[in-house]
Amino acid sequence: MIQAFKLAYRNVGRNKTRSLLSALAVGVGMALLLLMVSVLEGEMTGALQNTIRLQSGHLQIRPANYEETKLSLKWEDLIADPGQVAAKIEDLPQVTVATPRLSASAILNLSNESKGVQILGIDPESAANKPFRDGMLSGEFIQADDREGILIGNILAEKLNLKVNDNVNLLVTTSNGDVNEQPFTVRGIFTTRTPGYDESTIFMPLAKAQAITATENHASSIFVLLQNSEDAEAVAQALQSNNLKVLTWREQNQFVVQFEDYANAFFIILYLIVLGITATVVTNTLVMAVFERTREIGILSAIGMKGGGIMAQFLAEAALLATGGVIGGLIIGGAVVAYFTVYGIYIGDYGITGVLFEDRIYAHLTLANTVTLAIVTYVITLVASLYPARLAARMEPVEALHGSGV
Amino acid sequence: MEVTKVTDATRVFKIGEVETKALRGVNLSIEDGEFTALVGPSGSGKTTLLQLIGLLDQPTTGSVVINGQEATHLNRNQRADLRKDAIGFVFQFFALIPTLTAYENVEMPLLLNGTKPAERKKRVNEMLEAVGLSDRAHHRPDQLSGGQQQRVAVARALSTNPKLILADEPTANLDTENGKQVMDIMQRLNKETGVTFVFATHDPRVIGYANRVVTLQDGVITKDSRSNGKP
Repeated sequence: MIQAFKLAYRNVGRNKTRSLLSALAVGVGMALLLLMVSVLEGEMTGALQNTIRLQSGHLQIRPANYEETKLSLKWEDLIADPGQVAAKIEDLPQVTVATPRLSASAILNLSNESKGVQILGIDPESAANKPFRDGMLSGEFIQADDREGILIGNILAEKLNLKVNDNVNLLVTTSNGDVNEQPFTVRGIFTTRTPGYDESTIFMPLAKAQAITATENHASSIFVLLQNSEDAEAVAQALQSNNLKVLTWREQNQFVVQFEDYANAFFIILYLIVLGITATVVTNTLVMAVFERTREIGILSAIGMKGGGIMAQFLAEAALLATGGVIGGLIIGGAVVAYFTVYGIYIGDYGITGVLFEDRIYAHLTLANTVTLAIVTYVITLVASLYPARLAARMEPVEALHGSGV
Repeated sequence: MEVTKVTDATRVFKIGEVETKALRGVNLSIEDGEFTALVGPSGSGKTTLLQLIGLLDQPTTGSVVINGQEATHLNRNQRADLRKDAIGFVFQFFALIPTLTAYENVEMPLLLNGTKPAERKKRVNEMLEAVGLSDRAHHRPDQLSGGQQQRVAVARALSTNPKLILADEPTANLDTENGKQVMDIMQRLNKETGVTFVFATHDPRVIGYANRVVTLQDGVITKDSRSNGKP
């Protein structure tokens, strides 16, 4: 075996440019795969994490008959005394935070313009609002006792040319069907770096949201974050009751999970195309080597090397090309992925209903994906060398000695 | 004792619809220690016969025996094993592996038959010394002259101590001086070690070294003479 690698090493060095280009093809192929995998992983993980932290939470407790799309404000569709319910949930050891939220549709009116928005009544003190607090671009975060203050997203602010301390009117339909319009002051502008969210969401204190919608001590849902997302099903089981529905992040984000499955399947086709091209280059290189070294194959065969030994020679050459290619791929791919991990790829306002994409996709490369791709690239390169290796091994020595074995 | 015996061997090559009979029923027995030349014009079948004896090719009909072992129906790997243990080759072109040094080329058959490192080193050095190339051991083929390369090929052929060395036109690509050197070495090793040599040639200078000359014409042996007067 050592002899096979020694001979293979020298044969690889015979035509350095060709060997380098072949290893480079393997390396570039692998680097491309690393980038594709890491961008897909980053996109999906980012979208899911974003949706969880901004919208769904790890768990969401709702009334049994609440329908999310209707944003119903009828009392029977809301949770009564939500602060008490949230406090009980927060006592569970797996729960990091539980906070009530009230969602309502509204129309934001300016003197010459109006726009449909979604009001989210929140408890400003809750730790669940950290993403919004961290994303404050100007002004201040709202206080629980603020009766006129709202927060608006930066995209909405830009589109309506609103600044901190500007006044707007909000028109809502109350719980009992009346229309209520009240003036508010923009206390601050935030960004979640999620264009779809930042264009349509307005925050106000829960008490004020309850007041303007006449829902009194009611909320649409309890937003729950857990210490470990994998505990979601167990905690959901523990919280089940007749009049409340507990939805886990998986149930709420089925579309994201399914989209990820679909994207994974689609990307497998792309991986196969990249690996197919790489394999073709390796096969071509080694077939050329077999043609060039036909007489040498005859000599080795004449002095007693069996077909398996000759095959091992070419497999060893492929292994060296694969090793060089994989190392090169890790270096090239690692550098490219590192860049996109830090700076991301700008995609702008790209959105799919129910999925909150950030305006940039950040590459996210896991050790498992790196190891898997390195092994897959290595194995594919070896598989690609089987044909030329078998071609060499099956040559009749007498024909090979005359340089006509192929 | 017979080192090899060829019985009623024919070899027919078929290219498309055209059949060429390279050998037409050859019978030949080579005794241990002989220094035999296969001679004849181009196309007479001498190289084909050498390839059958060397198990590089198989007869269309007939049989080949090497060291008492019937080799006609052996599979590819069994023939490789028998070649490795019993036969050494010297080819017309200087058949060395270009990426290996002279030392490594001579060592290759010993690696294939699993000779231990210390014994391998000793044997390679002995062989290179026997062909007068100890000082060129670590040169690659492209750093050696044609004659030196052919001497390395002789050393390689002898490295595993086979009973039979087959040489196909060993001096055809060498000048007179180098050709003489190679033939002198082969003759000396034949006498010193008793190893059997069979070489195909049409070079009259080479034929003069042989103690047996087998003449082929159109695929049949037309004459078989020994220099000691035996028929």
